[in-house]
Amino acid sequence: MTENSLMLEIRNLHASVAGNEILKGVDLTVRAGEVHALMGPNGSGKSTLAHVLAGRPGYEVTQGTVFYKGKDLLATPPEERARQGVFLAFQYPVEIPGVSNVYFLKNALNAIRKARGEPELDAMDFLKLVKEKAKLVDLDEELTKRPVNEGFSGGEKKRNEIFQMAVLEPSLAILDETDSGLDIDALRIVAAGVNALRSPDRSMLVVTHYQRLLNYIVPDFLHVLVEGRIALSGGKDLALELEERGYTWLEKEPAPVASGANC
Amino acid sequence: MEALAQETGLYRDAFEALEKERLGEPEWLRRLRTDAFARFQEVGFPSARVEAWKYTNTAPIAEKSWSPATGIAARDTVSEPALAPWRIPDAIEMVFVNGKFSKRYSRALPEQGSVHVGNLAHLLAASPEKAEPRLGQLAAGEVSAFGSWNTAFFTDGAYVEIAPGAVVASPIHLLFLTTEEDAFAVSSPRVLVSAGARSQATVVETYIGERDAVALTNAVTEISVGEGAMLEHLKRQEESRSGYHVHAVEVRQERGSVFTQHNLAIGGMLARTDVNTLFAGEGAECTLNGLFVGAGTQHLDNHTRIDHAVPHCSSRELYKGILDGRARGVFHGTILVRAGAQKTDAMQTNKNLLLSREALVDSTPALEILADDVKCKHASTIGQLDANVLFYLRSRGIGPEDARAMLTYAFAADLASRIRIPAIRTGIERLLGLRFAQTATQEVSS
Repeated sequence: MTENSLMLEIRNLHASVAGNEILKGVDLTVRAGEVHALMGPNGSGKSTLAHVLAGRPGYEVTQGTVFYKGKDLLATPPEERARQGVFLAFQYPVEIPGVSNVYFLKNALNAIRKARGEPELDAMDFLKLVKEKAKLVDLDEELTKRPVNEGFSGGEKKRNEIFQMAVLEPSLAILDETDSGLDIDALRIVAAGVNALRSPDRSMLVVTHYQRLLNYIVPDFLHVLVEGRIALSGGKDLALELEERGYTWLEKEPAPVASGANC
Repeated sequence: MEALAQETGLYRDAFEALEKERLGEPEWLRRLRTDAFARFQEVGFPSARVEAWKYTNTAPIAEKSWSPATGIAARDTVSEPALAPWRIPDAIEMVFVNGKFSKRYSRALPEQGSVHVGNLAHLLAASPEKAEPRLGQLAAGEVSAFGSWNTAFFTDGAYVEIAPGAVVASPIHLLFLTTEEDAFAVSSPRVLVSAGARSQATVVETYIGERDAVALTNAVTEISVGEGAMLEHLKRQEESRSGYHVHAVEVRQERGSVFTQHNLAIGGMLARTDVNTLFAGEGAECTLNGLFVGAGTQHLDNHTRIDHAVPHCSSRELYKGILDGRARGVFHGTILVRAGAQKTDAMQTNKNLLLSREALVDSTPALEILADDVKCKHASTIGQLDANVLFYLRSRGIGPEDARAMLTYAFAADLASRIRIPAIRTGIERLLGLRFAQTATQEVSS
């Protein structure tokens, strides 16, 4: 256990989408600097949790609390969460025709800087930053000038998410199946980008369906979400066990509490 | 039937009074007016049974009693600040107040040379023979009662003639202002534009109204684009939100000519614009861009008709509507490819963005193709701001208002970016709620 400050505390979180309860009492604690992986079968609620944390409309929290840096996250509108340092890398990044990537990102960054009481970046400094961060994820600079994600390949879209994360420098990054649809080369690039952003003040929640990503982004802790609850928590070795045994054995047993879990 | 009875004898007194003042007009013009008035009497204001007026109820205009606008007699001066935001830097600028030309507010009118820009009342008094071949030649026949009403009643307007081969670098700006004082007045400006062979020019018509002006503008513009000429025509309609606006633009294109139009419909309680273009010579091109932006209870109707009468011509049409509140928009676009007009290449697109539940748009593309070797396409869409995209922007720290403004602007960005006059382009950007100084698509170049 580290002495680091609390970044995220989720307590007994229940959430519904269109009247269906998806999250049925999630408990999770993430401290500053930690990387947590969240795995689980399809439909277990991984993406729902990611979206609830980002504040997506239509996701109704029926019970429980979420504190981010000691403040009630659920009472905060999505743009405020972002300004306070929460970032969601989308599983399906949207295309925004007519809005260039850099224009969008400059407005995002300046909204965040403004909220932090920092001066807005001018065009020159911003473009310098874009160059530097695009390199980090090997994103073609031409893509930064094009409309957001329009005509991007699946891999380019995912890299664009990590590129945005690099520019916005969040405190809590939630990566929602950032590995899905990536070939091994793209996966390596994305993972290298993510690893470069690991820091003692930044926490990450890496949501994935496959153990493969965790060979490249090695988590400090791993949790398995089954039917809307964390069924099992452990260290990184748990991923290998899951790879071998799958998830079905967890669905049948009552949730055991594994050693090494931090919550 | 009641309405019909009312319409008979409509505005006869006003017409007869005007006729007495016009005894000096040449015979051909008096006949033109008499015929137009007779037609206006005969057909009356269009009812919803008339296909072209199916979606626009003319009753709010028909039920009112309009008197001919009195020019600036009602007030000696117009405040310059009222005009300033609408002026175009470096333009040849004619200003009309309540339908009448105002020399005082006009600027940089060329005295002589390769371009003639003057007011129609003066031209009809001094050298009416110049107007004879232009007036009513394009607008004859198929125009609605409104067009006939204009012909019967117009007293002033603009006459623009560009000599063959002339390249006019400055935009020619015709600015029509309606003031508040002249309530229930109808102004009937007539605009004649003739671009000589191989000439090149830009003509802008701006229609604006003071805040609460309840007035009707019933305008007709006739444009002829000579062989190989390139004419850009920009219409900007930002009348008062209590005002009414009906405008027919008739265009005739000769061989190898290029006509580009931007039609911006933003103001008015009820506004209708008809754009009719005719390819009279082969190898000509026509581009019609349109943007209508309505809110509140505005009704904005845009009808276009592109007549491919001859082979080897191409037309590109893109109209976009953005409607908020309980506003209603209409787009009706006809592309007529006549028998024998082979190798016609026509593309028409209408896209609409509804920002509220009550907003409504009627989109009707209509292709009438009578030739067999042609390429014609049309598409029409109606949608809303994408909730997923809004959330994406918010999840990056951008507030909901800014996110909406950004997406609304982005919807129209391609149309705005095609406008080459910066003063007008920035006006559109402001209108679409973009509080940022630079445009979404252009900032990247630095």
